[in-house]
Order: sequence, then structure tokens, then C-alpha cells
Amino acid sequence: MDFGPYLVFASLEGAVLAATLSLTALGLSLVFGVMRVVNVAHGEFFMLGAVAAWFVSALGGEALGLPAWAGFAAALVLAPAAVGALAWAADRAILARVGYDPERTIVATIGLLYILQQLTLMGYGPEARPVEPPFNARIALPWPEWGADGFAWTWPWGFGTTSYKLFVIVAAAALLMAVWAVLSRSRFGLIMRATQYDRETAQAFGIPVGKVYAWTFALGAALAAAAAVLIVPIQQAHYLMGGDPLLLSFIVVIIGGLGSLRGTVLAALLIGMSDGVISVFFSPTLAKILATLLVALVLVFRPQGLFGAKTA
Amino acid sequence: MTGAAKPVGLHALVLAILLALHFVLPDYHHGVLARVLTLATFALGYNLMFGYTGLLSLGHALFFAAGLYGLGMPMQHLGWSAEVALPFGIAFAALLATGVGALALRTQGVAFMIVTLMFAQAGFLTLLYFNEFTRGDEGFVIAQEARSLFGISLADADARYIAALILFAVAMIATLILVRSPAGRVLVAIRENEERARMLGYDVARYKLLAIVASGAMCGAAGAAYGLLFGYVGATFASVQYSILPLLWVLLGGAGTVLGPLIGTAFMTYLIDLGSGLTDAYMLLAGAALVLLTLFAPAGLLGEVRKRWAGWLP
Amino acid sequence: MTEVKKTAAGGAISRRTALKGLAAAGATGAGLGAMPGFVPYIQAQSSAPIKVGFQVHRTGIGAAYGRWYDRTTLAAADLINEMGGINGRPVEIVAEDDGTDPKRGAEVVEKFASQLGCDVGFGTLFSHVVMGSAPRAGELKLPYFVVSEGHHVASGALNRWTIQPGICDVKSQVLAMAPFVSKNLGKKATMIFPDYAFGHDHRDFFTAAMEAQGAEVIKHIAIPPTETSYSKYFPQIPRETEVLYHVMVGPGVLTFVKELGEFFGPSHPPIFGFLDSLEAVDLNSPGLEFLDGTYFWEGMPRYLQSDAPDPVKFYRDRVGVDDNGASASDPKDVSTFAHMFGCWETLFVMKKGMEAAGYQTTADRQKLIEAVEAMEEMPFGDEHPQGRKVFNGKTHQVFGPQYISKVEGGKLVVQAETTAEDSFYPDEVDYTTQSF
Repeated sequence: MDFGPYLVFASLEGAVLAATLSLTALGLSLVFGVMRVVNVAHGEFFMLGAVAAWFVSALGGEALGLPAWAGFAAALVLAPAAVGALAWAADRAILARVGYDPERTIVATIGLLYILQQLTLMGYGPEARPVEPPFNARIALPWPEWGADGFAWTWPWGFGTTSYKLFVIVAAAALLMAVWAVLSRSRFGLIMRATQYDRETAQAFGIPVGKVYAWTFALGAALAAAAAVLIVPIQQAHYLMGGDPLLLSFIVVIIGGLGSLRGTVLAALLIGMSDGVISVFFSPTLAKILATLLVALVLVFRPQGLFGAKTA
Repeated sequence: MTGAAKPVGLHALVLAILLALHFVLPDYHHGVLARVLTLATFALGYNLMFGYTGLLSLGHALFFAAGLYGLGMPMQHLGWSAEVALPFGIAFAALLATGVGALALRTQGVAFMIVTLMFAQAGFLTLLYFNEFTRGDEGFVIAQEARSLFGISLADADARYIAALILFAVAMIATLILVRSPAGRVLVAIRENEERARMLGYDVARYKLLAIVASGAMCGAAGAAYGLLFGYVGATFASVQYSILPLLWVLLGGAGTVLGPLIGTAFMTYLIDLGSGLTDAYMLLAGAALVLLTLFAPAGLLGEVRKRWAGWLP
Repeated sequence: MTEVKKTAAGGAISRRTALKGLAAAGATGAGLGAMPGFVPYIQAQSSAPIKVGFQVHRTGIGAAYGRWYDRTTLAAADLINEMGGINGRPVEIVAEDDGTDPKRGAEVVEKFASQLGCDVGFGTLFSHVVMGSAPRAGELKLPYFVVSEGHHVASGALNRWTIQPGICDVKSQVLAMAPFVSKNLGKKATMIFPDYAFGHDHRDFFTAAMEAQGAEVIKHIAIPPTETSYSKYFPQIPRETEVLYHVMVGPGVLTFVKELGEFFGPSHPPIFGFLDSLEAVDLNSPGLEFLDGTYFWEGMPRYLQSDAPDPVKFYRDRVGVDDNGASASDPKDVSTFAHMFGCWETLFVMKKGMEAAGYQTTADRQKLIEAVEAMEEMPFGDEHPQGRKVFNGKTHQVFGPQYISKVEGGKLVVQAETTAEDSFYPDEVDYTTQSF
């Protein structure tokens, strides 16, 4: 493939990653911003979302005879709800009891990670299982070219995408808008932000901080699960799939600046797109090494993140 | 100084018990303990930074692997003897720690965690990238004949145990001396309140760098020893998992205690080993144990002991 | 370090004498004998089972393989016991999970040798676990039968106690494929492989094998092992590619194949892949339709072929595999058919070796290794359902047939079969000259 189309092609692939990554990272960022804890099990909530999507769509397809799109739509609602409920319970049973102490939370969520992985292995199995996409037409893309006989559209070999990949980008954007609306317009969003700014004062004003934390934790997990439902028709549900999204989300949250929705989305775009584009120029593994070091150096020389304001 | 008698006596007693165990343990547990002592040295190195200085790194697999490969690569490709390769592995880890520290210490808190994680991930990928020399994830075996120090084969079970014990003892005594020294007290002061330590006139940045280099060297020593004692060098040891393990061991045993890392490593090893004999879902047991410990023994096993009964524990 | 010598050799009380003393105390009722793992050494009774320590990937990245390695191993052990066991003694499989981790793998080998009283270690698949465990097996003098398809054994990296008599290594598999690929599919190949040791073995061996055939590999595309999406690498495939060679492992493989299909659309060059990419995956999964008409290496045909001989049917029945290579009780549970035969065959090699060596106790372990080293011809039959094999005692590696299949109507249909001789290459080691 020529350089021009290749670059656009890689960017499009990067955009799909960026779309799901921004949802996953936003979940982590909310938990981190409001509750000031690092949830190491966040990737497992992502994984559970994918596994739940498989169960819902398989059940819908086999037991109820639903078409693929209906099973997928059901998964998009049920999987995040179920994972959110689980996270809510985990918050009440564990995190609330360790008082959201940063270190103890890390250990507790590592424990949770082991538990969730092992339970999934026992209940779901070691295989990678696919979910059928609701639609998946291959779309060949044209490329403008100025040849000897003037301007023409050409169809480079392999240059294309699928309707489902485009849908992922649109759906993720819509979900992000919805979250943004909830955070900035609703009463719950207001309470959450108040808790984030100053926990003590919020408590003094009668905000039930414990409840807010539990709901924030649930919302964070549900966002990760939603991202997983979107991605699972492209990738597959596997019990060890949570590691990568966790690492990437961490990076995005830090680069984007703590608790900043805008920063998180921008950072997800940056990371996702650069992952695609760097692979055009370097051998793949070398590209990963360079991208990783780049992230580290950004943090070293701009610890507040690329888009974050300086905070205490 | 009467304050020193109890801790010194206790740690001498622990080393004496470990030496006595050499003579009485059944073969299997004798081998397991040799591995636990090697990995506990890794945990001791981690504790120096995390437990005493309050720097939470998520990238210590890098230093363990630096020691492992710093020893293994020259032995494999340049035919170096273990006597030369061992100090080289440790020096290489210390050097890497200096570089990583100089950069990473510009950040704090969660950013520090991520930066160390990223450096370790880059190290892991580098090992895969140079597969031609490292054999990547598959790793390589150090020939049994080459695994000897001063004519003593470390592939022999007895020599291995004693070597692991010496390694652990040196690291433990070094930790003990350091934390009881004025420099060690500065480290703890930084952990408790960095701002105050700075205002008291301490060069906080220099002390932190000292901690990370000492920690890197100790973890590197553990890595190099692992390669020498167990004969295998592989990229798995540079993966995220091996950055999280020392954190777990230290937190379980009790962060900021000298013996905590040993207790945590032994506890976790036996939890998995015994659990594995009972059920395939041993990670479930391990996970549940971690959650329960954070709920009911948040300072770690030894940390709780110190809090409740023995405030004099270092 | 000098005190090592004192304690180990010249000390007043040695570890052995201390242990013996304690064991005696235990025997006289001091209670130590009841400690787990502290069983005084008991000479194996003639009717006591032969214990096969089975290192199995039940958790970690190898779990999908581990499940089927487990089933195949148990099926073979049951059959051996029905046949009267080994030297009149039943076989007992002592399975322990290694978490697909080289450190845990080494611990498990120690457990087999020192605590569980196993006669041999057996069954490891993932090559980093083999590499991590083999040094310990060598030190503990435990015969270690691996079923890994790695080139590690034959390359000479391991030791005399480690042996791979039931599954062919990657080098021989690849060598046997090159003539078919270059003659029938294309002379200019592009390779896509994971950027780690297993992928690099494919790269090096296949590139050389193609050149020996007068063909060439025009592009290597190494995919980072942490990757989860693959489309962005496909534009690097040169336009003049005549055949595309792929081998991927891990949970991302389905994505890989699916995205490959989406990239090419309706027109693609001939594609040749290693079935490692799709072990334990249903070929009729959504997104895999495009594989129709592409070729695969198979270690053993997953789908029951129309002309399958009786030993193949017998093997499939005993393991519990249906005509499509899935579990007989759950058609969605697809096996790792191209590899798991190795467990079955290795156990029968072990049985033969123990019979030839007159194996009775762990003191006969060295004789067992020597007996296996002496083996050569292994005829096709119930004990070797994958096909006739030739064992090389010097390199500790077995050679056998390979299968080339084409996907037709969602099933793999065998197109060609190579012989053991097609996969020979010069010895790289002679383990028989090494000491025990």
C-alpha cells in the first residue's frame, strides 16, 4: 500500500482503539478522580463486560432465537449493568471497609483481580470466544490521485474498513457525550464533582459520600464493560484480556491529567492514534518500545499530564 | 545501646533458624526455601524503596531482570565465569536504577508508579525485540557446568541453599544497618513527610536516588542469583507480573519491616503451593487471602505484630 | 562463599545425617513422619502405581491447550491400565498446574521429584515453561518427557534427562512444509508471525527452507506479542506476494484471521497457515468464512477424514472427540487436535521404555532414558495414531508425518501428507555423550 493510504488506514484503525480506550480510561479516571484510589481490577471489569456480552448474545441467539443485532443490543445494556452492580457490591464489601486507603486498595483490587480471573476461567473457560457483530459490511475506501490524466479516485489494495468499526467510533462518541451530559448537567454529576473537590466539605453539606463512592465505582466499571461490549465483536472475549486495557487506561489517565474528562478523551485519541501511526514508520515491536518510552518521558517532563492543569 | 539488643538478637536468631532448617528440612521444602530466600531478597530490595522511603514503584521487574540478564547474557554469549558475571549483573542493575531513578524521581505518586511501569514495560519489550540474543519469552538455560562459584557447583542442593541464605543474610543485614543509620532515618522522614524533611535541610532528591539505587542493586542481586541458582533466564521475569509480586510480598509481610519481605514471600509461596495441591483454583485462594489481609491485617503480618505487641521491631 | 564448603562437606553434622536422624525419630513415633512432604523413603512395592507427574497448563495463557492435554493424557493412561499397566503396575497421573509460568514450572518439577514421589515428569507444552523447568529436572535426575513442539530439545539447549519422543519440533514441521508451499502455492512468500522465540523459529527455518527450494520470502512481518488488533500491519504485505504464511498463537488469533479477511476482501493471495493459530477455535466462528480455500499445516487432521484408518478412529473415540474435532459431549468445545496426540504417544513411548528397561524403582530412571534413546522406528498403530515415527536418540527428538489440509465448506480436508524423512535435518547435539 502506498504511504498516503497507509497512513490514513492506520489512523482509522487507531481511531477504533482510541474510541474504546477513551471509554475504559474515563471509567478509571472517574474512580481515580473522585475516590483517589487506583483500581487495579479495572481491566477485569472490562474483561467481564466482554464475557457477559458473549453470554447474553449466545443466550439470546440460542435459547431465544434472537437475531444477532438484538442479542448485541441486549448485551450493550445488560453487560454494563451487571458489571456495574458487581463493582457496587465490591465497593461496599471491600473498598468501603478499607476506608479507601490508597495502598490497601491496591492490594485489595489485586486480590479482586485474581478472584475475578479465576472465577471466569472456571465458569467461562480458557477459550477466546467471538460475538457476532450486528452488521459487518466491508467498505472499500477510495483515494484521490492526481495522475497523468488529471484527478481520479483510485481504490488502493486493501484500503478499507468495516461498517462495524465505524459504528464503534460513533457509539463510543455518543456514550462519551452522554457521560459528559450526566457529569455536567445532572444532580448526580454535581454531587460527584463536589465530592471530588473536597470530600470533607461535601460531607458537611450532607452529601452521602459513601453512596457517591459506590455509584462512582459502579459507573467506572460499567464504562469499561460498555467499551468491552463494543470491542468484543472485533476482538474476542478471553479471561486474560483485561491486562492491556488496564495498562493503556493508566497511561491515558495520567497523560490526560487527573479527573479531567476532556484531557482523558484527548489523551485516548493521542495514544490510540499514535499506536496506529507509529506502526507505519517502525517495526512493530520497536514502535511499542518507542511509544512506551515516549509516554514515560512525557510524564517525567510534564508530571501533571499533557492536558491537566497543575494541581497540588 | 540497649535499644539495639532486641532487634539484633531477633535477626541473628532468624538467620540461625534458617541455617538450622538447612539440616532438617525435607528435600522439597529445602528447595522451596532456597527459592523463597532468593525472592525474599528481591522483596527486601523493593521494601527499601517502598517500605522505608515511601516510593511505590510498579517497575521493579526491570531491576530483577537486569541482574538476571546482566549475569546470563555475558555467561551465555561471552563465556564469562560466574565470579565475574555476578558482580556485573548487580552493577548493571544499579546503573539502570540510577538512570531510571534520575528520570522517574522527577515525578511523584501515581505518575511515579506509571513511569516506573512504563520503563519496565519498555525493558520487557526490548528483551523480546532482541530475541536473537535473548531468545525472548522462551529464554535460555545457563549450562549446569558454568553455574559454579569458586569451584562450588550451585546446581547442588546444599550449596544452593547456603548460597541463597548468604545472599539473603547480606541483604537483610545491609537493610538493618541502613535503616538504623542516620541516612535510613532520613528515608523514613521522607516517607512520613517529604516537605518537612526538605525544610529540615535534607537533600531529599539525593536520598531518594540513594534509595532507588540501593534497591535496584539488591533486586539485581536477587535476579542474578536466581539465574545462577536455578539455571534459567527468561523474559517472563521482566513482565508486569514480576513487578507486582514484590509489592504483594512486601505488603503481606509488612511494609517497612526488615523481616516482613521474608514472611510475605514465604506466605505467598506456600499459599500457592499448598493451595495448588488442593484445588486448581489456587489463585482464587490467593486472591481471597489478599482481600482478607487488607481487611483484617492492613499493616501486613509483621506490621500488625509490631503495631500490637512489638513496637521495637525495625 | 568459602563457608559453603565447610558446611556442605566438612561440617561436623551434614544435611544427610541430620535428615536420617530426624527420619528415624519420625519412624519411632516422634510424629515428624506425619508431616506433609516428610514421608520417609519407601521402596516402591511391585503393585504400587507408577507415578507420572503431569505438568499441565490449567491456568495462564496455555489453559485452552492444557484442558485437552489433560483429557488426552487421562485417556491414554486409562488405556494403558486396561492393558495391564506397565511392568504389571498401574499408571497414576499426578497432575499439577504450572500456571504456564517458568518459575512455577520449575517448582512443580521439584514437587514431582522430591515430594510427590513421581517416577517421571511429563506433558509440558509452552516452551518457556520447558526451558525454566528442564534445568531442575536435570539436577534432580528426573526423566522429563516434554510435549512442546519447541526446537529447544533438539537444539541442544537442554540436558540428557529431557526428551521429546511424542511430538515433532517446529523446525521439522516447517522444513516439511516448504516444498508443498513453493510448488503449489507460490514462490514469493510473505510471513506474518509473533515477535517472540516461537515466531522467530518459524521465520528462520521457513525462510531457509524456501531458499533451499529455489523460492524466497520477500517480507517478514513480526507482530508484537502484546498486540490485540492487527489490521494496521497488513498494508506492509507487498503487492507481489504470491503466498501468505501466517502463524499466530494466543487469544488474539481469531481477531487476526478475521481482520486478515476484512483487509483482503474477496480477493486474496493463496494463504498458508499453521493451525496453531486456530487450535481450540471453531472454524465456523463468525468472521472465519474467508478461510475457505486456504491451507493449513496440521499435526494431525482435526476433522475425521473419509479414509481414516482404524487406529485414528480408535484414538478419537478413546479421547472423546467427535468427527469435527470437538468434544463428543459438547460440540462447542473444540480440541487442540493438532498437538494433543503428543501426550498420548509420549505415554506409550514411556511405557515401552520402562518395559525395555525393566523399570521398577526410581533407581532405574537412568536405564529408562537409555532405553528411550535406543528407540528408532515407531510404527503407525493404536500407540502412534498420528503416524509412523522415527526417533533420534542423539537429539532426543522424534520425527513424523505432517499434514497439509485445505478448508472446504468449513472443514479441513487433507491434501497432502509428508513423511518423517521429509522433516529430517542434521543433528545439532548428541545428548548420549553427555553424563547423567
